[in-house]
Amino acid sequence: MRVGVLAVQGDFEKHIHSLKSLSNPPETIEVRTPEDLAKVERLIIPGGESTTVGLLLQRYGLADAIQERAAAGMPIWGTCMGMIMLSKKVEGRDQFTLGLLDITVRRNAFGAQVHSFEAPVSMTNLSEPVEGVFIRAPIVTEYGDLTEVLARYDGKVVAVRQGTILGTSFHPELTDDTRLHEWFTTF
Amino acid sequence: MGATVRTLGTEVRSRSLVASKGILYTMSLKTWREKVGLAEMLKGGVIMDVVNPEQARIAEDAGAVAVMALERVPADIRRDGGVSRMSDPEMILGIKETVSIPVMAKARIGHFVEAEILEALEVDFVDESEVLTPADHANHIDKHAFTVPFVCGARNLGEALRRCAEGAAMIRTKGEAGTGDVVEAVRHMRTIMAEIRLVHNAREDELYVLAKEHQAPLELIREVHALGKLPVPNFSAGGIATPADAALMMKLGAETVFVGSGIFKSGDPAKRAKAIVESVLFYQDAKKLAEISKNLGEPMVGINCDSLLPSEQLATRGW
Repeated sequence: MRVGVLAVQGDFEKHIHSLKSLSNPPETIEVRTPEDLAKVERLIIPGGESTTVGLLLQRYGLADAIQERAAAGMPIWGTCMGMIMLSKKVEGRDQFTLGLLDITVRRNAFGAQVHSFEAPVSMTNLSEPVEGVFIRAPIVTEYGDLTEVLARYDGKVVAVRQGTILGTSFHPELTDDTRLHEWFTTF
Repeated sequence: MGATVRTLGTEVRSRSLVASKGILYTMSLKTWREKVGLAEMLKGGVIMDVVNPEQARIAEDAGAVAVMALERVPADIRRDGGVSRMSDPEMILGIKETVSIPVMAKARIGHFVEAEILEALEVDFVDESEVLTPADHANHIDKHAFTVPFVCGARNLGEALRRCAEGAAMIRTKGEAGTGDVVEAVRHMRTIMAEIRLVHNAREDELYVLAKEHQAPLELIREVHALGKLPVPNFSAGGIATPADAALMMKLGAETVFVGSGIFKSGDPAKRAKAIVESVLFYQDAKKLAEISKNLGEPMVGINCDSLLPSEQLATRGW
């Protein structure tokens, strides 16, 4: 299997490292153009800055290509900025998103960098909690009927799934725990 | 996960949590992974110097991953002379309110009270910067003592690792700020990358003398030996003025570039800012770079680094 990691900007190398650490590692491809995207069967959108990535996705035709592949059923997972990019709406801002998850997100929901934190997060799809690394993290403030909540932290929605599209507020790629990467390559 | 006590600036975490993650984890009782994590999120981007909310908005709209809030860009600091200090908190807060991307601000080398003030303002990164007038001729700030992450400048591997030992979560080459001449940024990046290769390829029994030669902690030399890179992200700054300059630094090993005077001292800042952002994304594609580099208007005038007197070189500040 070929798993693509969107390499426009952000911590894409960390995701590639996590994928390579799996017991049965898939082939990984850095995705920067629609041609790169055509080669992969799954896509991860990493952490980074959503305004930067949104601008560049639109400028080079990658946004349309991702939306087409998603409509055809390709699994996509967004972490932090990636989840913002997948959302329908960003609270209080008129910024570009892919609109593939029926959710509204709040950016920097916990405040500036001094409020970034780590905490265990229980997920409905895993038996043991994951180590949640929250860095200027977003939360989900509204979600549609088709959206399944996979995890909450302090009552706030921090992981969701809608069909083959997955979003998490936190960064499993910054930890040694690869269970979510394992899960993403199998569902 | 162990117990965590969290109040701003006084987080305490048990050592067992951070053990076996490398020496910097065990040296720092603070939030090391979160600090370096934010630096990871800024990779493959452009960080722009801005002096007011209007410039900050132009930077964000162009696709900057973060802005550096300061009262005068380095080119003006150079021109004006005198003592250069931390910016007015009011001005930093104005920029924080304007943009949603991370906001950085500069403290003088060794001036830990300026850094405490910037942490209290909740800036996202503190730059302990040679661009400002140093406040201490021997000591840098003990950056492990802070919750906010720090970036520091370096000219060579030893300097980079000394800053890491003090708790820097990101290193940037110093270059020669405010000149628009990329030659010193190139020199510093080539030096650091060459020294990393040397340490990486050395025999284990040679690491002791390498630590001595680089005046760096042995444990960090061992990390560079194992990783083949710095223990924290390695960015580039100081003299980048064009998309080609930015792409050059990426090709030489930079993971993100800082552009100071190069954007807002040019003829068409919005256009140039956008072009430099795109050049970092497509630094490997010369055809796209050719397209990106067209019709950008006048670049900043610049100062040839070779014409600077030793007393005018900012890069030599830092110990």
